[in-house]
Amino acid sequence: MSALKLELKEKIIEQLNLEDLSVEEISDSEPLFGEGLGLDSIDALELIVMLDKDYGIKLADPKEGRKIFESIDTMAAYIEANKS
Amino acid sequence: MKKSVYINSVGSVSPQNTLDNSVFLDEIVNYEDTTLAVISPNYKEFIPPAAARRMAKGIKMSTASAKTALSEAQIEESAVDAIIVGTGLGCIGDSEKFIKDIIDNDEQYLTPTRFIQSSHNTVAGQIALGMGCKGHNFTYVHSSSSFESSLLDAKMQLEENEAKHILVGGVDELVDHHENTHRFIGHIKKTPVHTNALLTSKSKGAVFSEGANFFLLSNEKTNSVYSQLIALKTFNTIALERIESLATDFLSENNLSIKDIDLIVMGNNGDIEFDAYYDELSNNIFKETPQAYYKHLSGEFDTASAFGFWLANKILKNQNIPKAVQMNSIQPEKLQTILLYNQYRGENQSFVLLKGC
Repeated sequence: MSALKLELKEKIIEQLNLEDLSVEEISDSEPLFGEGLGLDSIDALELIVMLDKDYGIKLADPKEGRKIFESIDTMAAYIEANKS
Repeated sequence: MKKSVYINSVGSVSPQNTLDNSVFLDEIVNYEDTTLAVISPNYKEFIPPAAARRMAKGIKMSTASAKTALSEAQIEESAVDAIIVGTGLGCIGDSEKFIKDIIDNDEQYLTPTRFIQSSHNTVAGQIALGMGCKGHNFTYVHSSSSFESSLLDAKMQLEENEAKHILVGGVDELVDHHENTHRFIGHIKKTPVHTNALLTSKSKGAVFSEGANFFLLSNEKTNSVYSQLIALKTFNTIALERIESLATDFLSENNLSIKDIDLIVMGNNGDIEFDAYYDELSNNIFKETPQAYYKHLSGEFDTASAFGFWLANKILKNQNIPKAVQMNSIQPEKLQTILLYNQYRGENQSFVLLKGC
């Protein structure tokens, strides 16, 4: 699980162009949207595509994303439970 | 009655140190290469990090350049009535990445960020979003006369008083695939050329580059005024033997003759196939006129003429022709009227006439 969390942080930094951040600066439980990393709706779309492309997980209902993308912890847990 | 059009401020991001308007080519950065990249400013001074992370290089260069121009003119951002940008290829870097994603992922998994920036009008749009400018927002895409097309639109709107202040700019970025393609077809020089040796390189092609040059044009002068835009004219193609007569016609249309021109600023890029147009003017009707050139400093790109426009404006305001841009040894008695001439590979030619204020 910790390897997956590290991988997710690296992917988020690369795909969302968060060049000023390092993996150490993203905590596992920190909110990704809003007050935490401050991601926005375009980032949410990028993350949905990332789940599909890299982990084979399609989000049938984009509203699910609100809970899944809450933090690195919730993303990793969802991927572990659903990856194909 | 038509209103006069003034260039009230400038902003330039280029391969030289041009963004600081308190200096004017005091120290030339010399290169020996076949392509040049801009000297990137500290973008954090101009763009919030959260916004910058999705911006292509062209947008970042333009924002820094545009904000510098607005700051120099000391007008409120809300006073800008329109934003007009000329670009040959827009944010070509993200266009390339978007197309690569389509191919690599078999038309699946396309994400919005690169698509947003893959259109030519992204730059003008992003500047407007950053400023909250809801006015006329237009992008001209016309190869090496893209910037002049933008100038013409702004000039007409200001003359008719349809706008008071217009932000006008030219931007293009240099990226891998674009560079590789132009290298392959021989439009980029095969061997590196030193900055000081561009005109004597005697080889085909140009030194490719990138840059963003923005200006605040208004129909009233501000304290920072640089020049008055008198006239401009573009041509798709001109036969070499007609260039002299068209230059004199252009001056006549503006009640001027060759002797009224204090300096001609030309877009020589050292390409032996096409510099003949410039040579035709500099060796004949303008041989007694002080001459300047700039593409050894800026490199060649579709909107490189906007750097020439920046140079001419700085010369008029500073009343000084930096030694690095002098093409002949004739010194002007005064610096009041400047003619700019540019073409790329014999096409999209332009004359622009500026007068000191």
